[in-house]
Amino acid sequence: MSTVVLLLFTGVGLGAIYFLVASGLSLIYGLMHVLNFAHGVFLSLGAFLGFEVASRLGASTWTGFAASLLVGALAGAVFAALTERVLVQRLYERHIEQVLVTVGLGLGAVALFDGIWGTDPRFISGPAWMSRTTHILGANVPNDRFVAILVATLVLVGMVLFLQRTRYGMIIRAGVENRAMVTALGIDVRTAFTLVFTIGGIAAGLGGVLASHYFGYVSPLLGQTLLIFAFIVTVIGGLGSLTGAAVASLLVALLQQFANYYLWGTGDLAVVVLLAVVLLTRPSGLMGRRA
Amino acid sequence: MTSTQPRGDVAVDGAPAGDPVLRVRGLSAHVAGQQVVEHVDLDVAPVGVTALLGRNGVGKTSTIKAVLGLIGRSGTVELDGADLVHLPTHQIVQRGVGYVPEDREVFSGLTVTDNLRLAERRGSRHRYDLVYDLFPELQERGAQAAGTLSGGQQQMVSLARALLNDNQVLLVDEPTKGLAPRLVQEVSRVLARAAQVAPILLVEQNLQVVRDLAQHAVVLTDGRSVHHGPAADFLADDALTQRLLGVHAEGGGEPTDGGSGHTGEERA
Repeated sequence: MSTVVLLLFTGVGLGAIYFLVASGLSLIYGLMHVLNFAHGVFLSLGAFLGFEVASRLGASTWTGFAASLLVGALAGAVFAALTERVLVQRLYERHIEQVLVTVGLGLGAVALFDGIWGTDPRFISGPAWMSRTTHILGANVPNDRFVAILVATLVLVGMVLFLQRTRYGMIIRAGVENRAMVTALGIDVRTAFTLVFTIGGIAAGLGGVLASHYFGYVSPLLGQTLLIFAFIVTVIGGLGSLTGAAVASLLVALLQQFANYYLWGTGDLAVVVLLAVVLLTRPSGLMGRRA
Repeated sequence: MTSTQPRGDVAVDGAPAGDPVLRVRGLSAHVAGQQVVEHVDLDVAPVGVTALLGRNGVGKTSTIKAVLGLIGRSGTVELDGADLVHLPTHQIVQRGVGYVPEDREVFSGLTVTDNLRLAERRGSRHRYDLVYDLFPELQERGAQAAGTLSGGQQQMVSLARALLNDNQVLLVDEPTKGLAPRLVQEVSRVLARAAQVAPILLVEQNLQVVRDLAQHAVVLTDGRSVHHGPAADFLADDALTQRLLGVHAEGGGEPTDGGSGHTGEERA
């Protein structure tokens, strides 16, 4: 029982991090039909800059941790917005080139991070409470899981409110459905493009800080490693669907945790099998609108 | 009979007095490298309804999309004398072009109210009084997701989105497609009222609707405009309508070729 509880919380915590990466990917693809291979960079940058700020303000203080989240989100937002404005938007409607430029940016940024922070992982510690555990139903659950779950939930609620309640949210929802018709109503959809990148960058930057605490380290490849699973999550959930990304994040992370424990460390394999099954039975994903 | 091939700046014979609100010359358009509009000249009269006619697949929908910049195009597209051909779609629309697309294209996940709010253009009045007067049902169903509406109701949303703003011209693509006869009359009545507010370029297969609404007609064949003139004269010329539309217009019915006349083959 205690093992199941521990796996549940760890799985949901990992799912929270997947969601923070996958939500942005899914929105960006849904609106712009761009697979953003540089998305992991937003995460790594958020993690590194968050780490730098926290270690200056005191890594073991809550102030340092809060500042690292803030800086991580900001770094993700700024870098994502610049990526969209400077690189992606210039290649408007040229999807293959857009994908290639994000692949290139991903490779280049990892090399840059290597140069600045080195290739070895930097080990991270936060406030003492976060590395302690809480006793739940016989299991000792690491507290950083709760923080990841809380932040991801807040991001999900924030995104839903934004999409449902604001005019730009409405433009994004309509654009995911039928972008040409949005422009045919006289709306400059490019502002919405920059916006979804920025939102995706905020979520990924937060995800970077949380992932560095979850795994206990930050390295230049952290983001791009998580990106692979985030892509799988996005495809399983249905490209363009925020709810799909949330559900699939939990599904993938829990499957991974349980398969790793009960099926001899086959978590990654189980995820790929799940991906294959979903693609064969529901090619547009669990909540995708169309193939 | 007034069948002409206008070139350059020569005014189109049979076009009404007064400068056209929309003037298209030498328009060609392509989708995925394939030419879908070869050479279209047309004038939209400053008042009333100009019908854009032709058999299925001749490029009527593509012509409308090319005017809006929704597909790649070249040539001249002038709205009130200003060339639009190099502008992106949203700027063309902001200059006062209302668009009612072929398949309604309402945002099915958005409510009726949100579909209309999204259509509100900056710098324009938002004529909810007119829209709700024409379609009281849309006010009652404001909170309903547009995807759950019937085809006729979706067409109302689509028309309402265009009529909400002040327009210099309305581009209306097959508004009666797939609608029951009672709804066809309803749409026809709405368009007649809309034409009093802004001139309309209308693609329409139902020749009775054309007869009721249109003063002018432009006919396309194989991506080219081949006839311009008063709509009544064109529809009265049985040999001409037979040749260009494949239909005896006297019956006032749908075209005889292509079954129901709606094969959707024009979709870009």
